[in-house]
Amino acid sequence: MTALEPVIGLEIHVQLKTKTKMFCGCELSFGDPPNTHTCPVCLGLPGSLPVANAKAVHFGLMIGMALDSELAPRSIFHRKNYFYPDLPKGYQISQYDEPLCLGGKLGEVRIHRVHLEEDAAKLIHVGASGRIQGSDESIVDFNRGGTPLAEIVTEPDLRSAEQAGEWLRLLRTTLRQLGVSDVNMEEGSLRCDANISLRPVGSSELGTKTELKNMNSFRFIERGIRAEILRQEKILKAGERVTQETLHFDPSSGVITSLRSKEEAHDYRYFPEPDLVPVAIDEVMIEAARAAMVELPADRAERFEQEVGLTAESAAQLAFRGELGDFFEAALLVGVDVSAQTLANWVTVELAGRLEDDPANALVTPQALAELAGLVASKQVSVGAGRQVLDRLVAEGGDPVAIVEIEGLAALDGEGDELAAIVAAALEANADAAERVRGGNPKAIGPIVGFVMRETKGRADGGEVTRLVNEQLGI
Amino acid sequence: MSATDIIGLSAARAAAQIAAGELAGEELFEAYRIRAAEHVAAGLNCFTWVAEGASGGEAAAPLGGVPLAVKDLFCTQGVPSQSGSKILEGYEPPYTATAVSRLTAAGATLLGKTNQDEFAMGSSNENSAYGPVLNPWNRERVPGGSSGGSAAAVAAGLAPWALGTDTGGSIRQPAALCGIVGLKPTYGAVSRYGMIAFASSLDQAGPLTRDVTDAALMLRHLVGRDERDATSLTFPEEIALPNAERLDGIRLGVPKELTAGSAGADGEGIEAGVLDAFRTALNRAEELGAEIVESVQLPHAPHALAAYYVLAPAEASSNLARFDGVRYGLRAEGAEDLLDMYTRTRHDGFGAEVKRRIMLGTYALSSGYYDAYYGRAQRVRTKIAEDFRTAFGQVDLIVTPTAPTTAFKLGEKTSDPLAMYLNDFCTVPMSLAGIPAISIPCGLSEGLPVGLQIAGPAFSENRLLDAAHALELALGFDGSGARV
Repeated sequence: MTALEPVIGLEIHVQLKTKTKMFCGCELSFGDPPNTHTCPVCLGLPGSLPVANAKAVHFGLMIGMALDSELAPRSIFHRKNYFYPDLPKGYQISQYDEPLCLGGKLGEVRIHRVHLEEDAAKLIHVGASGRIQGSDESIVDFNRGGTPLAEIVTEPDLRSAEQAGEWLRLLRTTLRQLGVSDVNMEEGSLRCDANISLRPVGSSELGTKTELKNMNSFRFIERGIRAEILRQEKILKAGERVTQETLHFDPSSGVITSLRSKEEAHDYRYFPEPDLVPVAIDEVMIEAARAAMVELPADRAERFEQEVGLTAESAAQLAFRGELGDFFEAALLVGVDVSAQTLANWVTVELAGRLEDDPANALVTPQALAELAGLVASKQVSVGAGRQVLDRLVAEGGDPVAIVEIEGLAALDGEGDELAAIVAAALEANADAAERVRGGNPKAIGPIVGFVMRETKGRADGGEVTRLVNEQLGI
Repeated sequence: MSATDIIGLSAARAAAQIAAGELAGEELFEAYRIRAAEHVAAGLNCFTWVAEGASGGEAAAPLGGVPLAVKDLFCTQGVPSQSGSKILEGYEPPYTATAVSRLTAAGATLLGKTNQDEFAMGSSNENSAYGPVLNPWNRERVPGGSSGGSAAAVAAGLAPWALGTDTGGSIRQPAALCGIVGLKPTYGAVSRYGMIAFASSLDQAGPLTRDVTDAALMLRHLVGRDERDATSLTFPEEIALPNAERLDGIRLGVPKELTAGSAGADGEGIEAGVLDAFRTALNRAEELGAEIVESVQLPHAPHALAAYYVLAPAEASSNLARFDGVRYGLRAEGAEDLLDMYTRTRHDGFGAEVKRRIMLGTYALSSGYYDAYYGRAQRVRTKIAEDFRTAFGQVDLIVTPTAPTTAFKLGEKTSDPLAMYLNDFCTVPMSLAGIPAISIPCGLSEGLPVGLQIAGPAFSENRLLDAAHALELALGFDGSGARV
């Protein structure tokens, strides 16, 4: 049987950071007492009418520009009809066949569309079941109801769970950079569904897809997609067919369960929302959105590569994690005599590996990192010792020069007697290895260098040590 | 001034007398309040609620102290607003509709809420959960609908004037059947905020009054852009009080599509007595200097009713989804689960006609049927609007009978929805086109009033009111036969 390739498309819901809700004047809220941000409109009271939030349209246009979408000169809202207690009007105001933005691209993934809609309210189910079926009672908090959402739909251009996660991070950075959303998955301001299917490698047809709903962290998304790919693979390899259905991934058990099959799918009876007028985009609105645009990760990556001279990989790493890019640019401005690429490596490899959070909140400053990179580049501090200095900087902050001084981490001078003596001791302690090096096996030097590094607490320069070993062995 | 004299005043005259200090607003209000309260349940059943006292109504305001009857479907804060439905029994909204608050801001006082067909779906007021309204001209007959309570109250002298809504004829047709004036403004002229919706793209609030001047006066204080209604528009000019007495140079179009006589057993076409009164009114118009243009055409108008009965139920099926028992209104007891709660609540809460239209509308919007029904009906709607635009290139105004028949008997058409729907035959095309139309009484047929409809282009209300005013003077209709 031919190998199978996953085909993945994402549907991302982003809560927009407007002051008020999508169709009424209630302020957005997070964590406030239930039902304190409501009015006749967002409660769906009889007679109330929606009015579209101009700021949400503005943010929608900014997203469209960032994703290189075509901005529709005229778009309309539709009603998506279904009954649920978190949907007070019995329909969600969304966009259907005339969305705000069409097409586009971010990184290597094509965008299908971007549209605006309103969020549902929050349901809390009291009782053991945790779901509406079998709960003792269910209560509704309408604070969230009516929050503006942008729904971003990709084309099925992703081929692995890891790629999906990586791309989603790029999207998150882009949206954060735009300032249109908090894009916080845990708080629900960024939510992601994945459409997943498998097909034989080389085929251009799409297999039957399933939709994996509402995964609320990057980890769960990748795990969920991976689990679904495995599940489908098993089905197809057994010669069976994948059923089109909507699925739920339980991150705690790793189990995928069916929410509803294609037959149970709602007929949403979309029709144009008669209470709203079409959104007509004019030059003023487009100009306002353009003026509000900032440098986007993809452009930044290109600048890092073209103008700063970084490798494509480093440029992308720094640009797609905007907070690292900011730290890097601040360090670069310090003006230490070190190549930009070296500095980039310090940020992407050494710093990023030591920090979980935004480095802007870390104790280590861009100034300190730049100085440390300079000390290492000028061989005043060995690479190994430099890492120790960074450990200290991350833990306590401070000045790298002072740390080197206090901890005695300055590089050992290869010309001095001290290092020569330690190398001699290393050769004595590793006579076998020394013999093999002398016999023409340079790779055998490992244990000897390791001994020296231990003795010097990493202060020795690796190149110097090799030179001294060879010298003392008479090579 | 005696109570009878007070009741005899039109709203405009009453307002003028209050402003001149010749009449106290409290006295006027009390005279009506007592009459209205007597008719809450007994008598004509016009009112579903009557105020216990006047609130607001400053004498200095333009409508200072004139009592106002308001169709039940307008939300009025702290006052039952049930839209004629059991599902909203006792529902008191936390806010007031813009149309109502504009009139009270201008000095009107809320007299009561008037009975109506449930969710404004009906042409006879027999679809109210609170019982039918009787026609004050003949209590065995219907007042028309859906603003039947408003129309009957004004005709009977239980209110000086009333606020109603018109979706396919719900102001004009009951005005015609009750012998009063009813105006449906241009779509968007009056805010819909706070009107419990039937069909959003068609619903429009408007006055039901004793004469054309009162209609103009109320309209003046109703129109205007409301930031809470995205579909509302700034009215391009002030509504003037009409004073025209002649129709010189006015071209009145009489489209044959809406003025043909009874075609036979199928019940389509206009009743003979109605046509007679209509033709007599046209003769009067000619005497006033108008030119009658019989060649004007509305070729798609005969399809209006079919399109309307797709579009209006489609919107209604969605608008009425919010009545689900979760937040307000009726919630059925003893439900086993969520779906059961929804089903029982809506089963118990909605009447037969409402259910019929929800089902019709749901079907018309279903995937696979959308294009054949909703899409097609929208295209017909566009054609009808084009028909009117073309016609208004040829004539200034269009005139038709308002309703094909005079008031019919209670129960006569309840078992035949299609016969009932034909009541809107002459009024629905204007609703679909979003243009203004007024109905004025133009005579009696076998003792029952006949309405004349005048329609004009969007925002032509001033012209419409002037023409209606001139005709009203010439026709000299006497509505006192309906006073109780």
